[in-house]
Amino acid sequence: MLQGLIEFFTAAFFAAGVRLATPLIFSAIGGIFSERSGVVNIGLEGMMLTGAFAGVVGAFYTGNAWLGVLIAMAGGALMALIHAFLSVTIRGDQIVSGAAINILGLGLTTYSLRIIWGLQDKPRVAGFAVWKIPVLGDIPFIGEVLFQHIPLVYLAFILVPVAHFVLFRTSWGLSLRSVGEHPKAADTLGISVLRTRYICVLISGALAGLGGAFLSIGQLHTFLENMSAGRGFIALAALIFGKWMPVRTLAACLLFGSAQAAIVRIPALNYSVSPQLLSMFPYLLTLLTFVGLVGKTTPPAAVGTPYVKE
Amino acid sequence: MRREWSEAIVSAVFSLAPVWAVLGALLLGGVFIAAAGINPLDAYGVLLQGAFGSLSGFGLTIQKTVPLLFAGLGVAFAFRCGLFNIGGEGQLYMGALLGGWLALSFTDLPAPILLPAVLVASFIGGGIWGAIPGLLRAKWNMSEIITTILMNYIGFWFVSLMLHGPLQESRGYYPQSEILPQASWLPIIWPAARVHVGIFLALLVAAAVYVVMWRTTIGYQIRAVGSNPQAAEYSGIPVVRSMVLAMFVSGGLMGLAGAAEILGVQHRLSDFFSPGYGFDGIAVALLGYTHPVGVTLAAVFFGGLRAGFNAVQRTEGLPLALAQVVQGLTLILVVASVSLPRLRAHLLRRKEATGAARSD
Repeated sequence: MLQGLIEFFTAAFFAAGVRLATPLIFSAIGGIFSERSGVVNIGLEGMMLTGAFAGVVGAFYTGNAWLGVLIAMAGGALMALIHAFLSVTIRGDQIVSGAAINILGLGLTTYSLRIIWGLQDKPRVAGFAVWKIPVLGDIPFIGEVLFQHIPLVYLAFILVPVAHFVLFRTSWGLSLRSVGEHPKAADTLGISVLRTRYICVLISGALAGLGGAFLSIGQLHTFLENMSAGRGFIALAALIFGKWMPVRTLAACLLFGSAQAAIVRIPALNYSVSPQLLSMFPYLLTLLTFVGLVGKTTPPAAVGTPYVKE
Repeated sequence: MRREWSEAIVSAVFSLAPVWAVLGALLLGGVFIAAAGINPLDAYGVLLQGAFGSLSGFGLTIQKTVPLLFAGLGVAFAFRCGLFNIGGEGQLYMGALLGGWLALSFTDLPAPILLPAVLVASFIGGGIWGAIPGLLRAKWNMSEIITTILMNYIGFWFVSLMLHGPLQESRGYYPQSEILPQASWLPIIWPAARVHVGIFLALLVAAAVYVVMWRTTIGYQIRAVGSNPQAAEYSGIPVVRSMVLAMFVSGGLMGLAGAAEILGVQHRLSDFFSPGYGFDGIAVALLGYTHPVGVTLAAVFFGGLRAGFNAVQRTEGLPLALAQVVQGLTLILVVASVSLPRLRAHLLRRKEATGAARSD
C-alpha cells in the first residue's frame, strides 16, 4: 500500500499537476477580476478556446511563440469585449451572454481551423523551451515539481500574488471591489462603474486567452477542436471554491490540476481503471468539493446585476 | 393619423426582435462564408433548398427539430423558475441511458407498453439528473450553472462507461448498444420524408408545458418563484419544492430529447450520439422568449439551420461548425435585443419632444 503510494506520488506526478493547473490559474484569476467587479463570466470557456486558437494562428504566422501568446490574449479580450458590451452597456443577461460566447467560441474556432488548415492538416507551432531555474531547479523533488517548467507556468504563479496585491493593496483594487459590492456607493464616490467593469471583463478575457495559449502553444504545439474541454468551467468552480481570493483559488486550481494529472498517471502504472471513469474523475472531484462547500461561499454582492446610473 | 402609423411601425419593428436577431446572425454569418471564398448568397440558397426545398430535406429539418424542441422546452421550463439549466446535454444522455436500458431489458414487451414505458424512463432519468442541481440550488443556494455544467461531463462519461461495459453490443467493437427492440422505436409516420411520430409528441408536450405553466397552481408557483423568490417565500409558496420540480421537469424534457433521438433516428444508444442538442436548447429557448409557441418556432428555425448546413457542407464544402457560429451570433443578438424597449422609449421621447417643438 505504502509502496504503491510512493510509486504514485512521484515528482513527475506533482510536476504534471502544476502544469495542468496553469491554464486553470490564468482563467480563474481572470474570472476573479470580472466577478469582483460585478460581472458573471461563464464565457471563460469560450474565451479560453478563442485564445488557444488565436495563439496558434499568431505563432504560426509570426513564427514567434511569445507573439502568439500576445495574440491569444487579444483574441480572448476580443470575445470579452462582446461580453462587456452586452452585460455592461446593453445591460443584457450576463449568463446568456456568457453561454453565447461559449457557443460562438467553439463554432468560430472549429470553423476557422477547417477553413485555414482543412480536415487533415494541423497547424504545427514551435512552443517554449523549459526554463530550469538555476539552483532552485536542482533541489531534489521540489526542483522538478516547481522549477523545471516552461515560462508560462512561472507567469501563472507570479500572477497570483500580483492579482492579490492589485485587488487588496491598491486603490484601484479597492474601487473595483466596491464596484462589485456596492456600485451605487462607488458611483457616488466618482468611480466610473462602467469603465471599471469594462476593464475587468477585458482582463478576464485576456487571461483566459493566455490560459488557452498555454494549452495550444505551450502544451500541444497545435490547436485541436474544443481543446479547452471544460477547463473554463472548472476554473469558474475553482474561483468560487477559492471564495474569489487569488491564493485560495490557486489552491483549488492545484487540486483540480492534480486530479487531471492522475488521469495520465493511473494507466501509466498499469492500474486497470476504465478510461471513462478516469475522464469523469476531475469533474466529479470538482463537483464533490463544490458540494462540500455548502453554504460557505458569498459572491460579490452586485455580481450579475447591471448598473443603471440615475 | 400619420403619427399613429409611424408608431405602429415602430411597435411592429420592435416586437419582431427575434426575427431581426436571426436575420442579423445570418448576415454576420455571411461574412464568415465570404471569408472562406464562397458567395454567401449561393451558400444560403443551398441552405434554404437543403432545409425546406425537398421532401428529404424537409424531413431532415423535422427530424432535427424534434430533439431541439424538447431541449428548448426544457431550458425554458427551468428559466421560468429563474433557473439556468446548462446541463441539458448530461440530462439528455442520462435520460437516453435509462430509456435505452429499459428497452434492452424488456425486449419481449409489445410496443403499446414498451414505448410509453421507455419514454417515461427517459423522462425520469433526465429528470433526476436535473433535480440534483435543483435541490442543491434550492436548499443550499449553490449555483445551478456550475453544478449542471459539471454534471454534463459526469453524465456523458457515465453513459460512455456503460457503453464500454454492461450495455455494449455483444460483438464488442464499438461503444454502442445492441439495436433497440423495434417495439420501442418511434414509428415513422411519413415514410417519404422519414418523419417519425416524435414531432407530434414534441408539439403535444409543448402544449402541455403551456397548460402546466399558465393554467395550473404548480405552474403559477414556479413562475412566482422565477419572478421573485423572496416575495414567493413570504406569500407561502413552497420555493424549494417549486425549484426542484422545475429542474426535474426541465431535465425530464431533456431526457425526452435524448429518447426522441435514439428511438426515432438512431435506434441504438451510442456515446457521442448527441451533436450538442442539450446546449442548442439554450439558444432555442431564448430565441423563443421561453414561451412554448416561440420555442416551437425557434426549434424549427434551428432544425432547418442544422439540416440546411448539412447540405451546405456537402455541396459547398463549408464546415458544419458554421451552424454553431450562426447560433452563437443569434444568441448574442437576442441578448442585445433587450435594449430595444429602451431604445424605443428613447426614440418616442425624442419624437414627442420634436412634436411638441413643432406645435409651439
